[in-house]
Amino acid sequence: MIPLNWLLTLSGVLFAISVAGMFINRKSLILLLMCVELLLLAVNFNFVAFSRYLDDINGQIFVFFVLTVAAAESAIGLAILVVLFRVRRTINVEDMNILKG
Amino acid sequence: MLVEILFWFFASVLVVSALGVIMVKNPVHAAMLLVLCFFTSANIWLLIEAEFLAVVLVLVYVGAVMVLFLFVVMMLDINIEAMRARVTRYAVAGGIVAGVVVFEIVSVVWTRSMGIDVTNGAQMKPAGYSNTAELGKMLYTDYVYPFELAAVLLLIAIVAAISLTMRKRPGLKYQNVAKQVAVRREDRVRIVKVPAEKTAEPPAGETKP
Repeated sequence: MIPLNWLLTLSGVLFAISVAGMFINRKSLILLLMCVELLLLAVNFNFVAFSRYLDDINGQIFVFFVLTVAAAESAIGLAILVVLFRVRRTINVEDMNILKG
Repeated sequence: MLVEILFWFFASVLVVSALGVIMVKNPVHAAMLLVLCFFTSANIWLLIEAEFLAVVLVLVYVGAVMVLFLFVVMMLDINIEAMRARVTRYAVAGGIVAGVVVFEIVSVVWTRSMGIDVTNGAQMKPAGYSNTAELGKMLYTDYVYPFELAAVLLLIAIVAAISLTMRKRPGLKYQNVAKQVAVRREDRVRIVKVPAEKTAEPPAGETKP
């Protein structure tokens, strides 16, 4: 059987890769959204692993809800991205200064 | 033993494709590699007996979310070169942060579990055990209100996505459904009484074409 350590380490590595991806791709909004998806996947790994090793199905139900929220988030995020591209003709994060923030 | 070998294979594929997602220049390639990531994760979840979630991951993520991503990436005309202009400045900071995150997680995980048999309590489920049935039982009894809230959340996501992206173009001709339904027969059809005529005999001397 796979030890819990391996799964948690894999999840940590995946999390770190997606955090690094947010730094590297900080100009492209669509790659940032992809990194968020990868990050949520890494978190879901923890839930599934602990659910397996504590023999508790509740963790898997939580993953189910996280998947739901992630799907809704990416749908709305991409919709905002499309609207933004229609207005500004770019998805560069640095060009988003309409609100003068 | 086979499970361990498969785990190492899937884990290496997962890490390499995740690195590919954040490294490749083309967003389409990144989306494709992300599909590979989700698929490999689904395989690992199958190995640790979360079968239902593995199938859901493939269906929802590979089947729906990533297709949406690909649609958007291919629909938008993204200038890739401008996006990648000053990558290296942040790559160092990102690498440092990622290294710290990995170090912290690994140190916590491997020191806390020292001397503990972590595989304990993770016996294989007996034959005939259904992960889907167990999840369904919990989902429709203890978690029925969160489940319905999740459904409402998805509905809100649909409404938000459609209302954000739908636009009324001024030059376009729309149907007025209310007017169409309210129309009566008298408005459209006019019956004209035309007296029946006798067929005229063709005049003599004229030939048919």
